Amino acid sequence: MYSYDDFDEAFVRARVATFREQVARRIDGSLTEEEFRPIRLMNGLYLQLHAYMLRVAIPYGTINPVQMRQLAMIAERWDKGYGHFTTRQNIQFNWPELRDVPDILDALADVGMHAIQTSGNCVRNVTADHFAGAAGDEIEDPRPTAELIRQWSTDHPEFLYLPRKFKIAVTGSPNDRAVTRAHDIGLRMLRDADGAPGYEVIVGGGLGRTPMIGKVIRPFLPKAELLPYLEAVLQVYNLLGRRDNKYKARIKILVHETGIDEVREMVEAAFVLKKEAFPGADPDLVAAIEAAFAPPRFIEGLMYAPLKGKARVWATTNTAAHRHPDYAIVTVSLKAVGATPGDATAQQMRVMADLAERFGHGELRVSHEQNVILPHVHRAHLAEVHEALLEAGLGAANVGLLSDIIACPGMDYCALATARSIPVAQEIAAHFEAREREIGPFKIKISGCINACGHHHVAHVGILGLDRAGVENYQITLGGDATESAAIGERPGHGFPAEALIPALDRLVQRYLELRRDPSEPFIDAFRRLGMTPFRDALYPDGGTRDAA
Amino acid sequence: MWRVPEMAGFVVTANDLLVGDVIYLTPAQGWTRRLREAAVAPDAAAGEELLTEARRQPARAVGPYLIEVAAAADGPRPTVLRERVRASGPSNRPEHGRRPEDL
Amino acid sequence: MSVIVTDQGFGPETRIAAFLTLDELRQSETAGHALDLAPDADPEALAPFLDRLALIRIAFPAFSDGRGFSIASRLRLLGYRGRLRARGHVLADQYGHARRAGFDEVEIDAILAARQPEEQWLRRANWQDGDYRARLRQKPAAA
Repeated sequence: MYSYDDFDEAFVRARVATFREQVARRIDGSLTEEEFRPIRLMNGLYLQLHAYMLRVAIPYGTINPVQMRQLAMIAERWDKGYGHFTTRQNIQFNWPELRDVPDILDALADVGMHAIQTSGNCVRNVTADHFAGAAGDEIEDPRPTAELIRQWSTDHPEFLYLPRKFKIAVTGSPNDRAVTRAHDIGLRMLRDADGAPGYEVIVGGGLGRTPMIGKVIRPFLPKAELLPYLEAVLQVYNLLGRRDNKYKARIKILVHETGIDEVREMVEAAFVLKKEAFPGADPDLVAAIEAAFAPPRFIEGLMYAPLKGKARVWATTNTAAHRHPDYAIVTVSLKAVGATPGDATAQQMRVMADLAERFGHGELRVSHEQNVILPHVHRAHLAEVHEALLEAGLGAANVGLLSDIIACPGMDYCALATARSIPVAQEIAAHFEAREREIGPFKIKISGCINACGHHHVAHVGILGLDRAGVENYQITLGGDATESAAIGERPGHGFPAEALIPALDRLVQRYLELRRDPSEPFIDAFRRLGMTPFRDALYPDGGTRDAA
Repeated sequence: MWRVPEMAGFVVTANDLLVGDVIYLTPAQGWTRRLREAAVAPDAAAGEELLTEARRQPARAVGPYLIEVAAAADGPRPTVLRERVRASGPSNRPEHGRRPEDL
Repeated sequence: MSVIVTDQGFGPETRIAAFLTLDELRQSETAGHALDLAPDADPEALAPFLDRLALIRIAFPAFSDGRGFSIASRLRLLGYRGRLRARGHVLADQYGHARRAGFDEVEIDAILAARQPEEQWLRRANWQDGDYRARLRQKPAAA
């Protein structure tokens, strides 16, 4: 994976020193709160319900054991002993104090990490396929592209005060595990007819208040032209994106209101100018970045026996095929029933770091589904890995099943939330745990407000927590899809108060079990085959389909 | 500023600049972490006056705003769920919140 | 009283020409003029007249409105070689970005200058350090 050179190192150190000074100027009044706010946001520091929250960048979800151990140290020294892995492959600390944040940033810089631009109206953490470099279905590793974009977007002088946040995702596989179609810019790596590498560029996807699937702005962009093209898109957005209404300020609204064809024309015109002045990165530099992501030296000729017992069961859900036949991709579930989805204690972080070091070629990933991945584990080591995970409370064998729920922090932490999401996730997981293998693949995602950080729009069963006359009310959506066949879930009817939610989900699951062709037809396929009607009827047996207020 | 603990009314809340935690404006125009020590304004207009005072202290308090409280046996209690969660802490980790006797 | 900020710190106004309107600019046949631009201005409209301008001043009504940075970039891409000035609610923290985006100087009012004294701006006079975009154009350092 990429490691910092002198330039990167000097940059983060200077950045921390600057932020230290900016904190001092906030305290002495030379910066007002209004002026300090975007500065602290661009250094990853939010102010939430009970405390500040620091969102640390894990670029394209890739992290090594030294870095993971540093996160554990930070959690113990300056927070309450745990961290939360997010739907954009970052980690959040929920309880830092402002005074300590410059020291935390220095500790991050010590291991080549930062919290730069994880918030603010700028280009955010570039996310990528969490199976990059390991999955067998990859055309190309997306991470060098993501690293290039990271460097290009860091402190980019033109694009730090955009109308709103800007999110870019990259996939190198036709099986899109990076949710590219729900990003402001999605990049899908492919080859043209002559085998030359490039990107399909998608623009204007996004969840939140007005969920939209992105549109193709350029079916094939030659690889070397990526950066000037991104500059063209960003420049058009910066000049023309709406600034009058925070909820209409994303590029998806610009595309929707102006039309993709006109936006494309403007971008292509800007691209001509940009390409001339800024042709992109030096090819040798690009090659150096790509070399940093060379695959590890896989172990050859090591025998292994089939797994038995609990380990075998765990492997059916928590491992995926690796491009090397003797290896597996391990997903460590951070969804133990009863725990908070996506949270890991400092001790658990250390366990994962150790496993990566001993058995994982020194690499870990964070997925947008709030789990941690060990992308390269030899099958001979799976039993031992499983044993260690079990001991650490990380052995939940539920990846892709009903209790593998994605949930935003919700109203227990987030100042924007309209309802709590974590207790709902915990209850659902506990309720269905015993039956989840029978039920089969099932993606539930929960958002505690309309901003959809839980990605509920692209869940098989999405749950949106709202406030209805002062009481929490949960709106269900069905049939969403986060993959290359992206779809926004549909709303079958009115929302449910908290106590009615589990019974409703029971009826939904029951109906699916009755109607599925056989156990090999997952819920989402049955939904596509049968349509909304039988599932709506199950949710609302009394026919109550009035809209939620 | 005066305080009538038995009545409902409005309280100014904010986050502490340095620590980030929840604070409430007191009758002496200082800040407390204990809701029961907060100044309770009897109506929205009086609440606005409290808010004006709070806004004069940006070195201490970030983002002050008014919340509605109702009288309860042990002091004012926020009427809105969000503010109750904010007062007592996250429901998934009660050990990180405030104990009832600290509110 | 305005303060003009450059890499050398605070200084007085140095402009000589009066500001024209866009119509006046179109009709003029001489060079060396100054022009004010609002943040919603279309830089393309100026393309035919750029050689008549010695100074373009772009408004920043709020520091959070970053359109001026793209207007500056676009004007440079269109070939403008005169002076570019950012004026308004520009923070010391944005000085480096302004310079890198193509601005030569920043104009602030006395109140902002008092709250963000010269020292805070001079601290950012090394705006060419840590420029990732420029770094990307270079060959990688030898291993």
